[in-house]
Amino acid sequence: MKKNESVDVLIIGAGASGAAVAWSLADTRMHILCLDQGGWMNSSEYPSTGRDWEAKFYGDWSTSPNIRGRPEDYPINDDNSPIKVVNFNGVGGSTVMYTAHWPRLHPSDFKVKTLDGVADDWPIDYDALTPFFEENDRMMGVSGLSGDPRSPLTHPPMPPQPLGLSGPLIGKAMNKLGWHWWPSDTTVATMDYEGRARCINLGHCTPACAQGAKASTDITYWPHAIRAGVELKTHCRVREILTNEEGMASGVVYYDKDGVEQFQPAEVVIIACNGVGTPRLLLNSVSGRFPNGLANSSGLVGKNLMFHPYAQIYGFVKEPTDSNRAPPTCLWSKEFYDTDLSRGFVRGYGIQFGRGAGPVFEAVASEQKGILPWGADHHRVFRKLNGHRLAVSAICEDLPEEHNRVTLDPVLKDGHGIPAPKIDYTISENSRKMMDHGLARGREILEAAGATDICINDPIPWGGWHLLGTARMGTDPARSVVNEWGRSHDVKNLFIVDGSVFVTSGGVNPTSTIQAVALYIADQMKQRLANLFD
Amino acid sequence: MSATNQLTAAQRDDLRTIAAMIVPASEEYKVPGADDPAVQADMLATLGRDTALVVQALDHLARLAGKPLASLDPARREAVAQEFRASGGGAAATLVRVVLQCYYRDDRVLRSLGLELRAPFPKGYTLEQGDWSLLDPVKARPPSLRRAT
Repeated sequence: MKKNESVDVLIIGAGASGAAVAWSLADTRMHILCLDQGGWMNSSEYPSTGRDWEAKFYGDWSTSPNIRGRPEDYPINDDNSPIKVVNFNGVGGSTVMYTAHWPRLHPSDFKVKTLDGVADDWPIDYDALTPFFEENDRMMGVSGLSGDPRSPLTHPPMPPQPLGLSGPLIGKAMNKLGWHWWPSDTTVATMDYEGRARCINLGHCTPACAQGAKASTDITYWPHAIRAGVELKTHCRVREILTNEEGMASGVVYYDKDGVEQFQPAEVVIIACNGVGTPRLLLNSVSGRFPNGLANSSGLVGKNLMFHPYAQIYGFVKEPTDSNRAPPTCLWSKEFYDTDLSRGFVRGYGIQFGRGAGPVFEAVASEQKGILPWGADHHRVFRKLNGHRLAVSAICEDLPEEHNRVTLDPVLKDGHGIPAPKIDYTISENSRKMMDHGLARGREILEAAGATDICINDPIPWGGWHLLGTARMGTDPARSVVNEWGRSHDVKNLFIVDGSVFVTSGGVNPTSTIQAVALYIADQMKQRLANLFD
Repeated sequence: MSATNQLTAAQRDDLRTIAAMIVPASEEYKVPGADDPAVQADMLATLGRDTALVVQALDHLARLAGKPLASLDPARREAVAQEFRASGGGAAATLVRVVLQCYYRDDRVLRSLGLELRAPFPKGYTLEQGDWSLLDPVKARPPSLRRAT
């Protein structure tokens, strides 16, 4: 096996958290290397550059790695889960393929045991992350409106997205009901920002933004990190982390772009592969000293997977909506975010509103739901539906449960023969009640907006965007995988910085918090460089 | 090999027939049906990764029909189509999606819908600001963020 020159810090994964950590650690002037299984993206190939932009969503640009099947992807056995994993593999990771919705976890989300008697408190609190949220918002470039009375105070450097046609329809409905709503913080640039051009409403922005208005770490953190001296090697898939006789990580074995097996020694190893990729790598890193996988003395690696079940309800109004001619999300509501036991469940959910859909998506989805007929009446009905959709999605806080887990599939392997992850997941009774509540409130919202032909996705089946909790953070080595600053309890030069360290999930999209946690861990490492392994 | 060569002549005939049943031509809206030669050619040229499932769907359709779909009387053809959609599973859904995704990018169809004949990039679209005064009642509320202690 080819052996490379040792580096000070090796980061595995160039996505949301890996990029942030690389950039933050760059000012230490250490030799930092990042390996990513994918390559650099080419925006001229993004779907919105072609007339077949919607069709690509069902194939080469599907959010599902199992459907997409690019060489950079690895298969995931999620047959035993009602929610399928979606992600993206390449420089930028899943920030290349996300909706750019940018809420933060609330301060109360870090204290769920104290406040509500469920799950566990985080070992850190919101205040510890505040400077890193702010730093991250500047680096990613956030648009929004400060002053939301039901969300943590933010200071977006850019104004919010326009309300467009859909926003006022939702706002009027919410005002009629007396419920909270607010323009979302998003990482969609609404003005030219740090070399990124402003949003021109390409609309189809979940599977990558050809304009570069949507922040993904390949165009935000990485250019800065590379200029600061960080090295990034692409098309390098890590198979396992090796350890030495002292029980420290000695480096990784990976396959390079030609499929050649190489050993990369490192003084510090940082894993940034998120809630499925990280436990997969740890469980694949078996040795005599670590027979159950690396950093797994607690037995919790891969357990407590949290997805955020999405309960979506949508309908069609008489007025035109923005359909595909705007970023897909623009507003949120925190009306049902906090615990109210009279609702029959603990914790709560955020709501994100959808502006609409393009014609192909509308035709396909409505035909599948049985509201768009075959035959002579097809055209009349399609004209009533197309360009008139409004959507309400309850993003439900999933509580940690050990039986929801990532393990290694005994048969399925990726293109390099590395065992693939297997997901076992069920929606809990608490989440089920929360989803039902969200659907009922969503129906009220849509009816207040005058919508008809109401349909539901319960859950959104390909809605496993948020992969959290599978290498949780904590002070007790028996009940957590990493400590309160991201270091493995078992392997003192091994760090985890992605969504797998989440103790609980909150009821919001997690990427802002994932990156704030990553920056916090990097800062902790920098403060402790002299005694990092003590 | 192109998809044209991967589907038999009988399968191409059935695909054309079922496509017309999904989206027939309309004089009222001045649009072709999904059996239009240009739409059909687009389907065959771009089947790609969907080919296997579409072939599977067409095989299922052929079994249900017992003979070329077009040769059935209208009532029987309609019954077969309904059974196909109900029992065809993911393969039938893929076939329907292929028909719709090619139909709803045809120039004549997009023009009829009042949509521009272009990719979203680089021109993009204009998004109006909307009525921000709608937010005033929300702004007027006192802060109510749950405390962490």
